[in-house]
Amino acid sequence: MTLRLESLRLLYPDGDRDLVALDDAALTVEAGELVAVTGPSGSGKSSLLAVAGLLVTPASGTVRIAGQDVSARSPAARDRVRRERIGFVFQQSNLLASLTALDQLMLVGTMVGRPREDRAHELLDRVGLTGKEHRRPHQLSGGERQRVGVARALMGDPAVLLVDEPTSALDRERGRQVMTLLREITKESATATVVVTHDVEHLDLADKTVTMRDGRTSKPLADHDLLPARKAPADHPPRP
Amino acid sequence: MFIALRDLRFARGRFALLGAVISLMTLMVVLLTGLTSGLGAASVSAISALPTEHVALAAPPGQTDPQFALSALPVDTVDRLGAQPGVRAARPLGISTSRLTAGDKTAPVSVFGTDSSLLPDQVRVPDSLGVAPGTEVELGGQRLTVAAVGDETSFSHLPVVHTAIGTWHKIARSESLTGVLLELTADPADPADIGAATGTLVLTREDAYDAVGGYAAEQGSLTMIRVLLLIVSALVVGAFFTVWTMQRGPDLAVVRAMGASRGYLLRDALGQAAVVLALGTVTGAAAATGLGLLARQAVPFVVDGGTVLIPLTLMITVGISGAAIAVRRVTTVDPLTALGASR
Ligand SMILES: Nc1ncnc2c1ncn2[C@@H]1O[C@H](COP(=O)(O)OP(=O)(O)O)[C@@H](O)[C@H]1O
Ligand SMILES: [Mg+2]
Repeated sequence: MTLRLESLRLLYPDGDRDLVALDDAALTVEAGELVAVTGPSGSGKSSLLAVAGLLVTPASGTVRIAGQDVSARSPAARDRVRRERIGFVFQQSNLLASLTALDQLMLVGTMVGRPREDRAHELLDRVGLTGKEHRRPHQLSGGERQRVGVARALMGDPAVLLVDEPTSALDRERGRQVMTLLREITKESATATVVVTHDVEHLDLADKTVTMRDGRTSKPLADHDLLPARKAPADHPPRP
Repeated sequence: MFIALRDLRFARGRFALLGAVISLMTLMVVLLTGLTSGLGAASVSAISALPTEHVALAAPPGQTDPQFALSALPVDTVDRLGAQPGVRAARPLGISTSRLTAGDKTAPVSVFGTDSSLLPDQVRVPDSLGVAPGTEVELGGQRLTVAAVGDETSFSHLPVVHTAIGTWHKIARSESLTGVLLELTADPADPADIGAATGTLVLTREDAYDAVGGYAAEQGSLTMIRVLLLIVSALVVGAFFTVWTMQRGPDLAVVRAMGASRGYLLRDALGQAAVVLALGTVTGAAAATGLGLLARQAVPFVVDGGTVLIPLTLMITVGISGAAIAVRRVTTVDPLTALGASR
């Protein structure tokens, strides 16, 4: 299912006048496509993710999932869309301290009415956490926590995967592993994936890259346009 | 309650501490309730066992409240009250404090001169005095025979013995009466009018409790302590869950971002409070029941459904109210804060 953001405008009240966080921002992500969003700090990357994830309502513009405008719905209906169509991966993984890795996933399972433990195990296996299902966040490394976060986001079988700075708390190698995992999962689960990152190193793993500046989105570029010198890795599918 | 139960297990130290505090508060409230009830009975159980619904006492001078200890009425008041419209029957009531001696045992007692079934120089005593029927006893200088044993009641913390009114006059060395027992007709005149016409105050049995020396002050101060304990309990529970909910803020924002509704989080948080409260209060009430059963062998103490379940219910109610006010804020958590804090 396609995620389509159209002419989004988002304002934050700031003293007498409003601060423009998004200004005619637009983005289209097809199912099975991973789009990276980069840009300087304060350029509106997180705001774009927040609007796409129905955490805030834009002043104008629309968010469409599979063609349906979901941004204008009631708060309860938006909660439901977040539960059933959207998966979030947060900057610091943001796992709940009291829950084991397995329970982080089962919480989502119970919220969407599919508390399937076999599915949770399968996803934890998929992200390489076999044998660590019963550890709590403080017993996991930063990279492992981030991978639990990825598995948790998939537990509700989302159509849209929204990822906020997944590598910022990780070293280069772990960061690359997580980005590679996100790419693979996007292909396997056919999610429309948006990854906010200012790690230009991993942009080659994205299908498209959008750069933001002052709340505006650039025209999407394929990564070889942005970084012509970088050679695609072996597992990279051929581009049209 | 998916998160609630896991949080309880994970932060069990903190919740055990709260549970222990709730448990101790409940223990105190239940013990005080049993004691209040026990002291009340020691003070007025003989009044609640009076054979009539109403009792007339001497109207005290000025605006002061009537008191059994100060009430004295001429004997003819019985007839004058009996002649009032709305009065079906009037019987003399004498109450005095005296000393009962049986063999080498002596005990202070309250003497009630109301029992017209007793012959002159006969006395009916409660079991607890340990005197067998037929025994000769001395009561206020009079030699009496124990005619019957039973009816454990007390008045002003003294066990009550019963005599006929004639015998009572001799024991109390008094020409007058303490009061008059009144049986009113089914459709009675205003008791206040009956009192005004005869220079008395007509009270119901329950209102007459306050005319027993010390009863109102005793019950009032114990009740005030219980109310304070309930208020403190609500505040303690409220304070705990306020801090707890604030600490959980970031977690709650994440769960909201993942699509949990406000109602889901509220139910989860209230369920958690209910579990802690239920465990804490039931433990406390059980301990208080055990202690009360031991204590009532030595002090006036009542353990029954009312003295245990009513304070238990009150504790749970005030606790849930305190928690509800505190955890309401889970509904105001902004899921936006789950995204990398931009400022
Ligand atoms: N909750 C907020 N309230 C007010 N202003 C905000 C808030 N969040 C972000 N902003 C402002 O909006 C602009 C865009 O921020 P953000 O989307 O977080 O950028 P980025 O993620 O690219 O760093 C910045 O100027 C930021 O200060
Ligand atoms: Mg940001």
